[in-house]
Amino acid sequence: MSETTVDEVERLACDVLIIGAGGAGLRAAVEARLAGKSVIVVSKSLFGKAHTVMAEGGAAAAMGNVNPGDGWKVHFRDTMRGGKFLNNYRMAELHAQEAPDRIWELETYGALFDRTAEGKISQRNFGGHEYPRLAHVGDRTGLELIRTLQQKLVSMQQEDKAESGRYESMLKVIDETTMTELILEDGAVKGAFGYRRDTGAFLAVEAPSVVLATGGIGRSFKVTSNSWEYTGDGHALALKAGASLINMEFIQFHPTGMVWPASVRGILVTESVRGDGGVLKNSEGRRFMFEYIPEVFKAQYADTPEEADRWYSDPDNNRRPPELLPRDEVARAINSEVKAGRGTENGGVYLDIASRRSAEFIMKKLPSMYHQFKELADVDITAEPMEVGPTCHYIMGGVEVDAETTASKVDGLFAAGEVSGGMHGSNRLGGNSLSDLLVFGKRAGEFAAGHASRAGAVKVTDGEIESAMAAALRPFDNDGENPYQLQAALQAVNGRLVGIIRRAAELEEALGDLEELRPRIDNVTAIGGRAYNPGWHLALDLHNMWLCSVATARAALERDESRGGHTREDAPGMDPQWRKLNLVEALEDGEVRLRRRPVPAMPEELLGLFEPGELGKYMTPDEYRSEAETASGEEGKEEAE
Amino acid sequence: MSTRTFRVWRGDADGGDFAEFEVEVNEGEVILDVIHRIQAEQAPDLAVRWNCKAGKCGSCSAEVNGMPRLMCMTRMNLFDEGEDVTVTPLRTFPVVRDLVCDVSFNYEKAREMPAFKPPAGVKPGDYRMQQVDVERSQEFRKCIECFLCQNTCHVVRDHEENKPPFSGPRMFIRAAELDMHPLDARDDRQDMAQDEQGLGYCNITKCCTEVCPENIHITDNAIIPMKERVAGDRYDPLVWLGRKIFRKGKKGERA
Amino acid sequence: MALSCAERAATPALSEFSREGAQMTTTDDTDVSSPPRASISARNLRTDRWMRGPVLTVIGITAWVAYATFRVFYQGDYWAADYHYLTPFYSPCISDGCIPDSAHFGRILPDHPLIPYAALSLPFLLAFRLTCYYYRKAYYRSFWLSPPACAVPDGHARYTGETRFPLILQNFHRYFFYAAFLISVINTYDAILAFQSPAGFGFGLGNLVLVANVVLLWCYTLGCHSCRHVMGGRLRHFSKNPIRYRLWSFVTVLNNRHMMWAWITLASLALTDFYVMAVASGMIADLRFIN
Repeated sequence: MSETTVDEVERLACDVLIIGAGGAGLRAAVEARLAGKSVIVVSKSLFGKAHTVMAEGGAAAAMGNVNPGDGWKVHFRDTMRGGKFLNNYRMAELHAQEAPDRIWELETYGALFDRTAEGKISQRNFGGHEYPRLAHVGDRTGLELIRTLQQKLVSMQQEDKAESGRYESMLKVIDETTMTELILEDGAVKGAFGYRRDTGAFLAVEAPSVVLATGGIGRSFKVTSNSWEYTGDGHALALKAGASLINMEFIQFHPTGMVWPASVRGILVTESVRGDGGVLKNSEGRRFMFEYIPEVFKAQYADTPEEADRWYSDPDNNRRPPELLPRDEVARAINSEVKAGRGTENGGVYLDIASRRSAEFIMKKLPSMYHQFKELADVDITAEPMEVGPTCHYIMGGVEVDAETTASKVDGLFAAGEVSGGMHGSNRLGGNSLSDLLVFGKRAGEFAAGHASRAGAVKVTDGEIESAMAAALRPFDNDGENPYQLQAALQAVNGRLVGIIRRAAELEEALGDLEELRPRIDNVTAIGGRAYNPGWHLALDLHNMWLCSVATARAALERDESRGGHTREDAPGMDPQWRKLNLVEALEDGEVRLRRRPVPAMPEELLGLFEPGELGKYMTPDEYRSEAETASGEEGKEEAE
Repeated sequence: MSTRTFRVWRGDADGGDFAEFEVEVNEGEVILDVIHRIQAEQAPDLAVRWNCKAGKCGSCSAEVNGMPRLMCMTRMNLFDEGEDVTVTPLRTFPVVRDLVCDVSFNYEKAREMPAFKPPAGVKPGDYRMQQVDVERSQEFRKCIECFLCQNTCHVVRDHEENKPPFSGPRMFIRAAELDMHPLDARDDRQDMAQDEQGLGYCNITKCCTEVCPENIHITDNAIIPMKERVAGDRYDPLVWLGRKIFRKGKKGERA
Repeated sequence: MALSCAERAATPALSEFSREGAQMTTTDDTDVSSPPRASISARNLRTDRWMRGPVLTVIGITAWVAYATFRVFYQGDYWAADYHYLTPFYSPCISDGCIPDSAHFGRILPDHPLIPYAALSLPFLLAFRLTCYYYRKAYYRSFWLSPPACAVPDGHARYTGETRFPLILQNFHRYFFYAAFLISVINTYDAILAFQSPAGFGFGLGNLVLVANVVLLWCYTLGCHSCRHVMGGRLRHFSKNPIRYRLWSFVTVLNNRHMMWAWITLASLALTDFYVMAVASGMIADLRFIN
């Protein structure tokens, strides 16, 4: 394999290189191209297949089409509550303010959302959102979003062709290609190196701005709703480039994944099932969620089935059903029921919409869920309940970025979408992901383009390419284990020890196990040729998955409290002192180092959006009492470790 | 749990043949599970394209016992006990390796198709469309671009020479989607479909509809309505005569 | 917005991706020689009985055409005079050879063994079904093997579909639909006139047969794809045309079962004709309910 020479490496150059062609990557590409830049988008899979297609429920944006009471402030409040006030408030604020514009502009690209009677974009209820807020298309909103953006890119290429005679003169999509390394000079990014999956040929792209939009890390877990692409590539690339990761301990386990048959375990059952009337029942037939409403949410959630049922038709005068609590709460509740022996024989609980809504209603509102169960599990959801259980769904943590610009600590490196961290705090609300990737994808494109204007010319040297090439080819020369076995071993460690419920001793064990896996992964072996060789691809992805797993386990061990997507059985409950702290990780001499960093304090006008009584549930009193009293007393007190 | 014989085509552009695998199959599994097991246990470099394994992304298209299917949506209990299962790549597109094809034909055709043209003077946020008016186009937007329709369509499957003039069912539903879009500002979608996409090549034998995993009524709701729209425009002798006499513009007003 | 569009235009862009001397692969240039497909020797690998459909279609259509041809040129036993039953194969009966009572629209054609008595309607009905989107599928698959079944190779080396003469004429389906619509009206008229007996009003099994046939013919004719287009399919905004939307929705329901109606009406036409022939020839006596 090593006979490849640097001369055979395909060399490309552009202003803005975007790694990842999901919603965030494509939105960034649109913006960077609109800014007049030449753009290359690299996608691990085919164009338009990215994991965004899996998003079902919708994109949250306070357009107020269904309930005019909605607005960005309400959305902001819901987002902060959902994230248990650990969110980067500025990101949450920008997100809530800009999401409606980002949705509306999709219509100008040709998107066809479901409509209200007035002809506006219809919005649906979702967990944690006070008002109906999710723009949607049945239960295939992610598909609509990615197809719309895909077609927008194509339309821009058509415009370029009209002008220059070539479709790809300014905007090029390179599909089925994985970037394995970022190339830096003097602490600034200047390009990336990777391989085309189909041929195994290498390519190097010179670019003064690089946007990471690679999504999440779910494939490090066995039971996950994520597709194979989710191997934490962007997280790992950022770490290795010198950027830092934030909030890596927070992983969202979606409460309702399929649990049977085994082969589909983990595949998502959209939250819309609950939004549209579905309820959770244990094996005794009891609607158990009423027993799991935490103190902080008592004011917003119904405590009787009667009130909960009235809410669907009269949301203004009734509180929401507890099935629509934020995802972490529901996932934990299901986990507890199963542990207490009230689960189904396959280890889940029942999600029942069949007995509550007509078959016609279900087919209309949840067509792809109907299909999914019919075709994958042979279950008719209009006639019988579904069996569901928690599945690894989303990582709140990611590259630490500037809220306005999405810039990481590394000059020229930007991140948007799931790969970035901070926006969702300790737990993401359903529907906030699609809007997140639009809002920050756009910002990433905009500021990456701006950066490219300021940056000078960049040049990747042959030496840099040679060393990246050698690293990529190493698995062919190794004599270790099969990558599939190692992936299974890694998944087993995470699933067993770093899952939905965590304990200090287990996390220590996990770190030990990961350390033991390290040399084995370094020595992973690929056989066969370079053309479309999934074994080789996985061998290269494994290291990224390993790095992310270490980052998660270390942060999870450090944070001895329970908050959002991080539950410590040995440290139950939220600790207001921990609310002030983010855990930030960076790579130093090849080791993941962890630091504590204060969460930016919310300015008074945003604090004022909440009742002091509510803030008191999350914060220490001096944080939210009148600024006049405490001035800026607290900030900066929590020093980095 | 039982054991099955899988015959999987392996090879590349230079040739190839079927490889036989004896592989374990568990209850509730789909073809893709079994292919993954072969990959993990017997052939780590077996090339297969897949992403979501939930029938949403349309990546794992292949032919199973000769029928174009998504491997993730083909349950093993579809096959008789002891029946051998044959898996090949899509046969209409150039092969890359093993079960993976080069489907760029479809992306090239998509790029030749003019995009949605926003209505002049309507600002973002001011788009108003009624649900009944978007529903027809929404059906076509369910398309997950698995390209099974493109693969099974005999116009290109059996006649390579038709690839340049023929865009295929996937593009016909895109044409219909835009022609039925309540706000698309172009009025040449029908001409485009007939003259540039090769709508006339379709002889409505409906295999595209048969293999569509999203159950889109490709033929009845997109191709035939487009053919009818073209027929109304071009093959209506009265319209033609009227135009000859009055030298009117090509397009009548559209409701 | 932090950055405005104004800032954008100012920055010069790198307009070329590829660096000098570098290999550039691009899909821009269309490759003339097509790269090879997977080399699989078997023409098709289907294991199900895919030949069943085309074979049944050939048998069904051939049998029907044989029967219809025989009846059309038989020129007899088409009119049960006592009850005014007229078989649809002879409606409207416009030949000089027609029994005067059966010719509701005059006798204008010369009586000749090669000119069917319903020579005005039959060609249109034939053309209506020949250009019907369902029948096209059926005979392209079964008679023309183009293709015989999905993922089974086409029986022909070259294929141009409906792009040129004569198949481009399939686009005239709409006009045959208009004709078929009128003929269905005539068939309906025939069925109403048939509530007759020598004593005046009458009602027998033959009436049920004729009425059922006409209802089925309407289901087939109105469920036609062209009708669907004319009723509302051509509209871009259903919401602005609520009545046509309802018509379109109704036709859509029929259209979903167009194949079923296509076959049922073939059967009902043949059975109706056979029943009238049997009564007219005296082979059986009509079962009478009233008079």
